[in-house]
Amino acid sequence: MAEQQHPEIDRVTGTPTTGHVWDGIRELNTPLPRWWLWLFYATIIWSIAYWIVYPSWPLISGYSQGAFGWQSRNSIVNDMAGLKAVRGPMTDKLAAASLQEIVSDPSLLEFARAQAKPIFNENCAPCHGSGGGGRKGFPNLNDDDWLWGGKLDDVAQTIMHGVRSADAQSRVGGMPAFGRDGMLKRAEIEAVAQYTRSLAGLSIDPKSDITTGKKVFAEVCAACHGDDGKGKRDMGAPNLTDAIWLYGSDAEAIVEGLWYGRNGMMPAWSTRLDESTIKALAVYVHTLGGGEK
Amino acid sequence: MELARTTPGSGDNPQAAGSQLHGLVQQAEAELDLAEEQPLYVGRTKIYPQRVRGTFRRAKWIILYITLGIYYLLPFVRWNRGPGMPDQAVLVDLQGNRFYFFFIEIWPQEVYYLTGLLIIAAMTLFLMNAVAGRLWCGYLCPQTVWTDLFQTIERWVEGDRREHLQRDAGPWSVDRIARLGIKHFLWLMVAWWTGGAWVLYFADAPTLVKDLATFEAPLIAYVWIGILTLTTYAFAGLMREQVCLYMCPWPRIQAALTDEWALNVTYRYDRGEPRGSVKKSAALRAKGIPSGDCVDCLQCVHVCPTGVDIRNGPNLGCIQCGLCIDACDAIMTRVGRPPRLIAYDTEMNIKRRTGGLAPIYRIARWRTALYVAVIAIVGAIMLFTLATRRAEGVNVLHDRNPIFVRLSDGGLRNAYSVHVLNKAHEMRQFNLTVEGVPGAHVTIVGDTVTAGTPVIAVGPDQTRELRVLVTTNAELPPAASLPITFIISDSKSGIKVRTVDHFFGP
Repeated sequence: MAEQQHPEIDRVTGTPTTGHVWDGIRELNTPLPRWWLWLFYATIIWSIAYWIVYPSWPLISGYSQGAFGWQSRNSIVNDMAGLKAVRGPMTDKLAAASLQEIVSDPSLLEFARAQAKPIFNENCAPCHGSGGGGRKGFPNLNDDDWLWGGKLDDVAQTIMHGVRSADAQSRVGGMPAFGRDGMLKRAEIEAVAQYTRSLAGLSIDPKSDITTGKKVFAEVCAACHGDDGKGKRDMGAPNLTDAIWLYGSDAEAIVEGLWYGRNGMMPAWSTRLDESTIKALAVYVHTLGGGEK
Repeated sequence: MELARTTPGSGDNPQAAGSQLHGLVQQAEAELDLAEEQPLYVGRTKIYPQRVRGTFRRAKWIILYITLGIYYLLPFVRWNRGPGMPDQAVLVDLQGNRFYFFFIEIWPQEVYYLTGLLIIAAMTLFLMNAVAGRLWCGYLCPQTVWTDLFQTIERWVEGDRREHLQRDAGPWSVDRIARLGIKHFLWLMVAWWTGGAWVLYFADAPTLVKDLATFEAPLIAYVWIGILTLTTYAFAGLMREQVCLYMCPWPRIQAALTDEWALNVTYRYDRGEPRGSVKKSAALRAKGIPSGDCVDCLQCVHVCPTGVDIRNGPNLGCIQCGLCIDACDAIMTRVGRPPRLIAYDTEMNIKRRTGGLAPIYRIARWRTALYVAVIAIVGAIMLFTLATRRAEGVNVLHDRNPIFVRLSDGGLRNAYSVHVLNKAHEMRQFNLTVEGVPGAHVTIVGDTVTAGTPVIAVGPDQTRELRVLVTTNAELPPAASLPITFIISDSKSGIKVRTVDHFFGP
């Protein structure tokens, strides 16, 4: 090809070739339509218009603002405002309704649950898990065992003021460190741990001293957990006879709790979330499955 | 602008074709020497398609009336679906997430029907191509139909080819400007009405027409009318064949898909060549020298909406509308030669005739049979699913976390999101039961009825999402999960729908 002064003409089409050959296939040099060129110029003009209308050029501090002050931030703010307006009637209804009214109105219940779900995931899920499944030391909110009560008002109260939080109306109560603080001896603790397991119908070590355990339980533990071990909700003392164990049901976990105490805490959310949101959250948690009537 | 074309006659008379080509090459090379270099861009040669009468023109008119008639009038066709439901036969209800087509109502989760329609559409296109080339391009493509309409308006206002050419070559007169203005005005009116008809498919047509006229329609309706007015005006009025030549992928795909059996609009060069005037041919024939039927009158080129010369053989620019067949037939009749010098034919048959063999046509062959089979199978599947689809449905989604919950009495609970669909146009009550988990007890969150089977009321043409808890105290087999079947049954008719999920244990 190099020796040719001008491009070769393709014999079939009569179109000049570019001189490029791949595997014997020669590339035709078909000219572009003129309007394509005009479109190309039009896009250049369009881009200039774009610079003028929209924020585009970085400056030393900041950027060019565009002719009409359009900002993506304003765009989302408008969208959110639009969404708020759409939800307005339901939001107002939620704010005015009592907890009981919310759960007895299907549409309001659906709205409250939908509102609360992302709020739960943002605020509650870090401890209680997404879906409220809980983990060691952080209660499962789906089950029917409640430390401080499982009625709607109880749940709302706990969310609002927290547990062992700085709030004046916080839920108060705690498991003392019987071992560390010298209130009970090691043997007594081990004995009462075995006795506690027996209350829940769990197997116990045959060598353990159940008599001592029973005696210690009646003298020390029953004050909060009750004579029958079924717990007292006004002190947040768990029911020790059921199948649910916040820190585990094995003897070591119970001994650990008796020795060092258990004082898990939950912040008061009234300072961070508004009343409507807390209502929706209470309904959400209540309807996860374990809510009490 | 030179498009890829094969040269006729290269098969039967290589020497003649060779010398003809040689001349062509020399000419092109000479032009190149003059221009020094190849131009990067080419301007458009304006096409003045001439009016034509005949079989294919009539077919094109009929198709134009039918397709445009459907497009412009369909939104106004009514279809009674009962109270509270839209009564428009064809409606895309974007807000309500429904597509209505006469007796069919499609929900968003049934958009897979669109896949079937697309497969059928593609196969139909392939089938058309295998039977008779670019039937789509020549008669059915919206670009062709609207261009045809716009060209008709153009001929009506500015006159037929000759008159139009003369006026365009002459000076700018009041008459010329007025005609130009009227033409563009009419084009814009048609384009505007095309855009207007488009938006009518997305809302109740009579209401929207009224709202549009009183400027009470939503802004988006005006925006879409504006967009479609501009695209129709630009594509059918200004761009025309440029869309087919440069923008559309189908000519390229079509060229790759065609085969030796496919009928295409073909110049029968075995009959037409060598070309010559009527007198010259008659003189030659009188001497016993064979002469072609083509009188080189260029009528086939003048009527062509894309401005190609069909006599150059299969051509990328040829949309195969058959207008050149009509034009040539008229001339052949006038000069006393048989018609169909240009006809739906194949290159193979031209070669066979040249070799003294009878032409063969084969529409039924493996390839077309395969396309028909695919269309039939996909169509049958779609019809079957459409005919047997239910007016109720249930979808179940297991809670992702926690996957199971241990209750204080040792019981086990799984939670599910249950969607109940009611596609009927009336309020319905469904009973919810489960099977597969021993001792299972079902509760619906927010359900005020505590005893008996939970009942779910779902409004007409609606879905309802519920949180459903399944609890059991029974001893479960030591498996990680049990299959659980959710059954909803209409409390009145007893119709049941079921779906299977899992019940998890520790």
